Amino acid sequence: MNLLKISTANLKEKKLNSFLSALLLTLGIGMISLLLLLNKQLDEQFRRNIRGIDMVVGAKGSPLQLILSSIYQIDAPTGNVPLSEVNALKKNPFIKNVIPLSMGDNYQGFRIVGTTSKYPDHFQAKISSGKLFDQSMEVTMGSKVANTLGLKLGDTFASSHGLDAAGDKHGEKKYKVVGIFEATGSVVDQLILTSLSSVWDIHEHTEDQNKEAVEENPEHPESMAEPHEDEKQVTSALIQFRNPMGLIMIPRQINENTSMQAALPSIEINRLFSLLGIGIETLRGLAIIIIVIAGVSVFISLYNSLKERKYEMALMLSMGATRTKLFFMLLMEGIMLSIIGYVTGIIFSRIGLFIFSKAAEQDFHYSLKEFSLLPEEIYLFIAALVIGLLAAALPSLGIYKLNISRTLAEE
Amino acid sequence: MIVSKNLQFSYSSQKHFHFPDISCGNKETLLILGQSGKGKTTLLHLLALLLRPESGEIFIAENNVTTLTSSQITNVRAKNIGIIYQRAHFAGSLSVMDNILLPNYFAGQKQDKEKAQYLAEQLGFADHLAKKTNQLSQGEQQRVSIARSLMNNPNVILADEPTSSLDDNNCQKVIELLKKQSALIGASLVVVTHDQRLKDEFSNQVFL
Repeated sequence: MNLLKISTANLKEKKLNSFLSALLLTLGIGMISLLLLLNKQLDEQFRRNIRGIDMVVGAKGSPLQLILSSIYQIDAPTGNVPLSEVNALKKNPFIKNVIPLSMGDNYQGFRIVGTTSKYPDHFQAKISSGKLFDQSMEVTMGSKVANTLGLKLGDTFASSHGLDAAGDKHGEKKYKVVGIFEATGSVVDQLILTSLSSVWDIHEHTEDQNKEAVEENPEHPESMAEPHEDEKQVTSALIQFRNPMGLIMIPRQINENTSMQAALPSIEINRLFSLLGIGIETLRGLAIIIIVIAGVSVFISLYNSLKERKYEMALMLSMGATRTKLFFMLLMEGIMLSIIGYVTGIIFSRIGLFIFSKAAEQDFHYSLKEFSLLPEEIYLFIAALVIGLLAAALPSLGIYKLNISRTLAEE
Repeated sequence: MIVSKNLQFSYSSQKHFHFPDISCGNKETLLILGQSGKGKTTLLHLLALLLRPESGEIFIAENNVTTLTSSQITNVRAKNIGIIYQRAHFAGSLSVMDNILLPNYFAGQKQDKEKAQYLAEQLGFADHLAKKTNQLSQGEQQRVSIARSLMNNPNVILADEPTSSLDDNNCQKVIELLKKQSALIGASLVVVTHDQRLKDEFSNQVFL
């Protein structure tokens, strides 16, 4: 028998009250923890892929869409731009690197991106087996693609048109796997990379065949390819500047003088996060309110049970218990509820992240898989303890005012 | 052994008590009889050191305890006094066994489960040790509180109306057990009551 045992027994005695208090704490802490996890991991994912890319050029439209489609491969492309205009940028003295991208096809939901060897170089993707694509219709795939689809070197597959697996098949020409990248933790993991010429080859063929169908359906992404023009086109290009001056000069030049638009990833992503931020702030506010209610619930539950247990307390005091000892006994009930609420909250946030990650993986092929304790969550633990302590201490102070004789005589 | 001299206590200027002197040696018993409002419970609380007298002295095991500090008093009470209340009260969330062990714990002594078991057998509730106290009948509860009061081998056992909520049968049983057990550990037994059924059970009597 010790104080801990008595406290535990008291919590068990009031199962529903304890459950309610712990549930509210769980909910509040789980929400905050989940938000912290999501915020951190989304932020990391976004920033990791943005690194080193100063600007993206592509067809005019939403700059955010251009960024999302070209860097993160999660939105539809804005359209196509002539390769000649993209190549012209290479001559600009402010520009260090131009990485053209050509998108529009997929295999089993994984995007096939036509590009140059600079693209994997940029993400520091190393070949784990085979080689980098070289000839037309050769592909090198990201580690996740290879793992998920179970494709090996030498396998061939036919791509589908569009960005999801349901598109028409380009049945005649087949891609051949010539290499697989090591896992990089970047967007490359979920892509099938090929040369620009593969994309042109495959579309020249289909475009001839489907020309009529395409023209009837202007909504179809193919219409943006302007198939009657002979000029070679790409979807967008990732640009690196030689120095920060480029940031000031180039975007305006491009927007004013070419058919392309320039989008700056840092600005667009900050905009995206500030939009998300409103939602996150609201949820966080809600979570804090829930935690405060949890504190109130602990307070009320202990206050009521202390009123009921007044005689019990007087009895223990008459047996030689000190008031401080009983005070700690009552505090412990609050602290135990805090700890239970915290631990279950953290567990639930991990489960939540797991479910969210499953969904994100299905839709965007992004996975969020860091379940370790965040430093912020240690502060969260301290906050939970403080709330439990405060909520328990306020009613428990009554123990110091308890009149033993009167309480024992009253009943 | 417990002795009181010239005890006085008042709740207010109108409600003033002057108690007769009391003396109860080891292994002896004393019955304090009095009608409601005569200060029976007040006297018991004074003897139990739950209240401080306005004047007068109390000796427990030949030590004057009226001059002690409150933490010393708590200690004396924990080790030397076993109290049985009119209605048995317990820590409701704990089992019967744990309730009996509470005095050991709060007095800072070893928690003697064997003794608890032995007392439970002697007092006839050994089957109920794992139950919660509110699952027991009044008579059983009063017997549990007797066991609890004996756990620290106190020098004095004070009982406040221990039989008033019991029927004749249980009343007889409880008072016999109380006398027997306190004699076994050599304690003084002081019973405060208005229960006339107990009149014939005690040779030493004081009237308030």
